[in-house]
Amino acid sequence: MAYIPNTDQDRQAMLEAIGLSSLDDLYTPIPEPLRFKGELNIPSRYNQLALEKHYKTLGKKNASAEEYPCFLGAGIYDHYVPPTVGAITGRSEFYTSYTPYQPEVSQGVLQSIFEFQTLTCELMGMDVANASMYDGATALAEAAIMACELAGRKHLLVPDTINPIYRDVLETYVRHMNLTVDTLVTENGLTTVESVKAAMTSETAAVLLQQPNFFGSIEDAQGISAVAHEGGALFVTCVDPISLGLLTPPGEYDADIVVAEGQSLGCPMGYGGPLLGLFACKTKYLRRIPGRIVGETVDGDGKRAFVMTLRTREQDIRRERATSNICTNVALYALAGAVYLATMGRQGLKQVAELSLQKAHYAATEIAKIPGYSLAFPDAPYFKEFVVQTPGDTAKLNEHLMAKGIIGGYTLGGYYPNLNNALLLCVTEQRTKDEIDALVAALREFEGNS
Amino acid sequence: MQDPSLTHERLLFEISQPGRLGVELPECDVPVMSLESLIPSAQIRKDLPLPELSEPEVIRHFTHLSQKNYSVDSGFYPLGSCTMKYNPKVNEEAARHPGFARLHPYLPDAQTQGALEVLYDMQNIITEIAGMDATSLQPAAGAHGELLGLMLIKAYHEDHGQGQRDTIIVPEAAHGTNPASAARCGYKTLTVKSDARGRVDLAHLKSELSDKIAGLMLTNPNTLGLFEDDIAEICDLIHGCGGLVYCDGANMNALVGRARPGDMGFDVMHFNLHKTFSSPHGGGGPGSGPVAVKAILEPYLPTPQVVKTENGFVLEHNIPKTVGKIHGFYGSFLCILRSYLFILYYGKERLKDVADNAVLNANYIRTELKDHFDVAFDEICMHEVIFSAKRQQREHGVRALDVAKRLMDFGYHPPTIYFPLIVPEALMIEPTETESRQTLDSFIDAMKQIAEDIVSDPEIVKSAPHFTPVRKLDEALAARQPCVCWSPPPVAV
Repeated sequence: MAYIPNTDQDRQAMLEAIGLSSLDDLYTPIPEPLRFKGELNIPSRYNQLALEKHYKTLGKKNASAEEYPCFLGAGIYDHYVPPTVGAITGRSEFYTSYTPYQPEVSQGVLQSIFEFQTLTCELMGMDVANASMYDGATALAEAAIMACELAGRKHLLVPDTINPIYRDVLETYVRHMNLTVDTLVTENGLTTVESVKAAMTSETAAVLLQQPNFFGSIEDAQGISAVAHEGGALFVTCVDPISLGLLTPPGEYDADIVVAEGQSLGCPMGYGGPLLGLFACKTKYLRRIPGRIVGETVDGDGKRAFVMTLRTREQDIRRERATSNICTNVALYALAGAVYLATMGRQGLKQVAELSLQKAHYAATEIAKIPGYSLAFPDAPYFKEFVVQTPGDTAKLNEHLMAKGIIGGYTLGGYYPNLNNALLLCVTEQRTKDEIDALVAALREFEGNS
Repeated sequence: MQDPSLTHERLLFEISQPGRLGVELPECDVPVMSLESLIPSAQIRKDLPLPELSEPEVIRHFTHLSQKNYSVDSGFYPLGSCTMKYNPKVNEEAARHPGFARLHPYLPDAQTQGALEVLYDMQNIITEIAGMDATSLQPAAGAHGELLGLMLIKAYHEDHGQGQRDTIIVPEAAHGTNPASAARCGYKTLTVKSDARGRVDLAHLKSELSDKIAGLMLTNPNTLGLFEDDIAEICDLIHGCGGLVYCDGANMNALVGRARPGDMGFDVMHFNLHKTFSSPHGGGGPGSGPVAVKAILEPYLPTPQVVKTENGFVLEHNIPKTVGKIHGFYGSFLCILRSYLFILYYGKERLKDVADNAVLNANYIRTELKDHFDVAFDEICMHEVIFSAKRQQREHGVRALDVAKRLMDFGYHPPTIYFPLIVPEALMIEPTETESRQTLDSFIDAMKQIAEDIVSDPEIVKSAPHFTPVRKLDEALAARQPCVCWSPPPVAV
């Protein structure tokens, strides 16, 4: 077998050295009835050539954004990935290494994580960040639990403008901690300061807000942050990191904890995983952060070096008293995020955000001109996503778009029954005017057909 | 000329020069509107303090960093319990294939049949290897799988009117994630001792059983590298008091194709795909932690599951008793894809070769080194072997940590040290199946040399490492004065 170097001769010599006569003898510690004797009911072996053909055949059965212009977002985005990202994350010194438990031979990963933490803070306007979480949804759940512990309260106030999948994951996580999620039903696609004020109680530990929200609309983060703090609650935001090329960073509206899905920062859409969870907060909460943190120190020669730090929060040391059970994170995608932000830099990220904003507004404007179509929330400012009321069944509409070679939008009806014929569309900097015009033409045709 | 990898690498932020560009984006090809007309002024960012670098600077910076990093592709990585095996390259190519990498998770099922087929097949393959009845691929890591497994146990007890069961039993040798996951699931933990044979102390276990017990979490083979040979009785005891048994599958590399947790009596388990099935670990992640269950727990699995219908594969969201969702989408798909290809490469005919060679390699190291370092339990081990440097510490003042650091001077990544906690000065070595006898021999020679040096020249071991990019680090300083984010130096007045 190509992945196993030892030959039969090697194995024989090694068995002799151990004092055994066969490989079966290695399993004598397993009681005989518990040894598996048959053949597993799994596929027969593939040689490497057959494997390549197999995965390529499977890959062809998927509609990738490589083939079709993608107007689907809703949490996972088709942003441009500069070639520097693949060049660096494809270096096996990074991708085939483990958690940097031995810092002397792991300075590459450690320094890249320290840089990732710093870039996250710069992007969000926050003080400290960790070395990444599984994804945006679980990062939000961890932030919510941390906020409840900090506030000493048990209720979370969550507007329905937060990604419904994130709300699902949050509810699954907090149920077992005896924490409750109070859902705030909004109108017109925006959370109002008044509604938050009215819904808050003395038991509200934190107000959670997504910015821009699930519908792509820009919320009044300043106003809601102030109301949360007046009520003695923490303010937790979940942001689109690309939007921070243009939008006020959460630190400036006094967010206590900020999380994000960082997939847009140079990571593949990958059918939704693995993803990159970002997590940042104020300095005073540093010792309560879940997961890994890398810090600066010096070596025996007084040279600057980096090391995993504040380890006594972590599960491998603190066990059941750890701040979280997270152990493996997504260090390679944190590296991707660091390379992405370093490559884009001050000008590039702003440009990505501006291009997305302008193209989304062009698309929305043109779509709203088609008879039968309108913007669902015409008064809400938006970034790169918007909700369109369509003349018919959105699943059928997406099928029609696919037949035209276009990946359509996200069907909102499942989570929002009052938005049954509404489609959430996303336009990134990757979409050209021609592609947007083709989308508009295809939408117009659908209306004509229905 | 000095090796560039050994020179001090400045931070990105220190290389940055105003005006540099790492990428040139296209002009806007749609009519441009003023920013102020689109975004409320209070929401417009004033300054974006990111670094500014050109493309060659970015590449050179991170390439230098990579050169200061140990990896499986550069050498032997015997980090016990982490199973750092070789990562086949065909799997990496597959994960970069745009049909998978550029696939949006919210596409209709009809447009993701290739991805759904991978998920469906893997659900079945994992179920079969585990000897269970169903699998969820959603957990993003092993600890995430533990959390899900415990949620399933909790849902089961609540559904059966047994909500009073509030305690999970965890052996003292368990991974720290086990008690942490139990706490995260709202459980109390109760620690059960190990006996003189390094297995669960049955007498102690029996004395703790009651109708408060929700379940037991057990790693098998355990973290001492030993098979828990009383496992059938342990499962009977837990089931007898109404609890369920969870298998921490971190050590499945010892068993794959040779024994199945489901056959031993376990009710639920997780796999670490990045360990047993070789998706690369990326400096600490991503991972993937699928959970396999017996039929009694299947009704509570998270949504969605992939099912096969006449019209192809579909995501089934209608699971009435589900615990809910635990991941934004369907799990670490690209890791699952890599592991799927790894398993297909071996197939039903050869998958057990993985375990056979991993266990053989570990026992070879045990045999060849046991006269130089004390073996914690001198008997046939599974895929990892635990030595103790307690004798060296007592006689020469050299700790396991020093041995680990000295190994770096010989070009090896150190083994796991000080775990499991119950072995003093533990050195936990896991070679995996992808190392050759020659590599093991060289490693064994290095360990023997260190054992000799400890007697003749202990200082050279205690002052190690000598040849790494940085010397031994001041970890206490990092914790005492945390600096976790770079800030610009103060401007001189």
